[in-house]
Amino acid sequence: MAEIQIKNVEKWFGSYQALKSIDLTISDQEFMVLLGASGCGKTTLLRIIAGLETASQGEVWINDRRIDHLAPKDRGIAMVFQNYAVFPHLTVFENIGFGLRMQRRPNHEVKARVERNAELMHIEQLLGRYSGELSGGQRQRVAVARALAMEPDVILMDEPLSNLDALLRLEMRAELKGVLAESKTTAIYVTHDQVEAMSLADRISVMHQGRIIQAADPLSVYRDPAERFVGSFIGNPPMNFLPATPEGGGKWRVAGQSYAGPKTDHTALDFAIRPEDLQPSAAGLAAVVKVVEPLGAHVLVTCAIDGQMFRAVLDSDTKLAAGETITLQPNADRIRWFDPQSQVLVR
Amino acid sequence: MSQTDQVSPNARKAGRYLYIATVVFLCAWVLVPLYLLFVNALSSAEAVNSFPKSALPEFDLGSLSFFAKFQGILDALKNSLIVATMTMVMSIAIGAPAGYALSRFEFRGKATFRLLILMTRAFPLPLLALPLAIMFIRTGLDDTALGLAFVHTTLAVPFAVLITFSLFSGIPLELEEAAWTLGCTRLTAFTKVVLPLILPGITASAIFAFVISWNEVFAAAVLTIENRTLTAFLLQNLDTTAIHLKFAGGFILVLPALIFIFAVRKYLFAMWGIANR
Repeated sequence: MAEIQIKNVEKWFGSYQALKSIDLTISDQEFMVLLGASGCGKTTLLRIIAGLETASQGEVWINDRRIDHLAPKDRGIAMVFQNYAVFPHLTVFENIGFGLRMQRRPNHEVKARVERNAELMHIEQLLGRYSGELSGGQRQRVAVARALAMEPDVILMDEPLSNLDALLRLEMRAELKGVLAESKTTAIYVTHDQVEAMSLADRISVMHQGRIIQAADPLSVYRDPAERFVGSFIGNPPMNFLPATPEGGGKWRVAGQSYAGPKTDHTALDFAIRPEDLQPSAAGLAAVVKVVEPLGAHVLVTCAIDGQMFRAVLDSDTKLAAGETITLQPNADRIRWFDPQSQVLVR
Repeated sequence: MSQTDQVSPNARKAGRYLYIATVVFLCAWVLVPLYLLFVNALSSAEAVNSFPKSALPEFDLGSLSFFAKFQGILDALKNSLIVATMTMVMSIAIGAPAGYALSRFEFRGKATFRLLILMTRAFPLPLLALPLAIMFIRTGLDDTALGLAFVHTTLAVPFAVLITFSLFSGIPLELEEAAWTLGCTRLTAFTKVVLPLILPGITASAIFAFVISWNEVFAAAVLTIENRTLTAFLLQNLDTTAIHLKFAGGFILVLPALIFIFAVRKYLFAMWGIANR
């Protein structure tokens, strides 16, 4: 059982505010991903939970214990670092057993737990090696096994896959998900990779400029971005935006077309649609095709509507050439509206 | 493209010759005196004083064995060892924590501090020798191994700080942080993770301090009378001895320093920011 509560945490580096009033609850056994571009504060938040950084203000609780004043070793956490941090002077066995030795566990228990976790990460044949004799992927496995061997309440991961090559990353991603679900450990995972976040998370916290903008399950984050930033940050290619003016009665004018939207008294809204929620059709938004990129499974079309860049992901059989004009009909259920001033979602 | 790409073949060739000539010259600068010292120390008195000289040593151990029996030389050797060992211990005890602090913590005046460390080498020892001698006489430190070791430590500490600073910086902070999350305190993380990784470098830094003390002659000559170190002892006595014995004395002085420095050369490169090879 490990529920984490972060209450009003702030962090200042001199006069720069890295974290602005963070409130977040992570439930037991949840896989929480902190997602954001570099410099958004996600790693700082993780390090505050780990105790490697002190918050300027606020509290961190694990279950019913306030931990923000404790040393890292007394918090019941284990961490996997971006550069693995496998101790080069120790064998894989001693690396995995390092934390258990520090706890002065009996030899037979250390041996059993090291072997169990090495097996889990498929590195049981490497136990006698040193980190210099391992590949990047193998080191990553050692780092994860070392964290799991501690049987922590919470496992913290700081971009653990970002130093692996693409193929290995896919493999490790699936494996991590399985292993962590099995271990029933609460996990907090920091990444800038939205695909990684979508595929691993039970819940994603999207961070931007020191704030958590949205904390929700992956599909909600994708379908109903709380702010315009989330829509443009998540999804590749990102969400399309077009300016809209009110026609009255919940109708909005977008690039010469009329669409049903929220019944509000805004003088302007931003119309938003995901590229895959567009269909070529007889009626719809008229777009001038600029670039056509066939990607096998589908074709990515970059075009211009009223001089604004607009992307559509269409069926790969669609025959198009640059310079043509097409009309794209958005899937009415998937249209979203944002306030151009506050940038937040308007329903 | 940039103009530097368009150097004519002749100019490039000339540049290459200049480069080779410089390398040869610098090597000769260091190696020729060493070679002459080596040849003459291992030759008999007659060979040293005769002309023309042979290019190869005779491997005559006469001069060297004379030295071994020389009155007071063993005491001087012992003093040298004592002072150098004390210097070694003190410079690491002071220098390594300073190097760790410089590499791991941000504090006000860090850049100035680093500069000041180097600045301590800017004062010529002869300038300090007289005030030091007076101070030592007042405190009773004159003519003692400890007093001399203090002076040598002052000379060796800047190097100890800079070498250990670069060594600690070479150990990723993440390793220490990982140790903290795995149940270590700052101290146990240091002893269980940092220390084993840094030990070879610390040894090298210690040896370097040892050599600095071993080679130092000025302070040793001024501050000791009875308890002379080997350098001061030889300086005092060789003035009046025959030339073949001077060579032998020089040889005895140079050899240990040479061996030590050769053994730790990799870490000295690290100190100046050249990549370890």
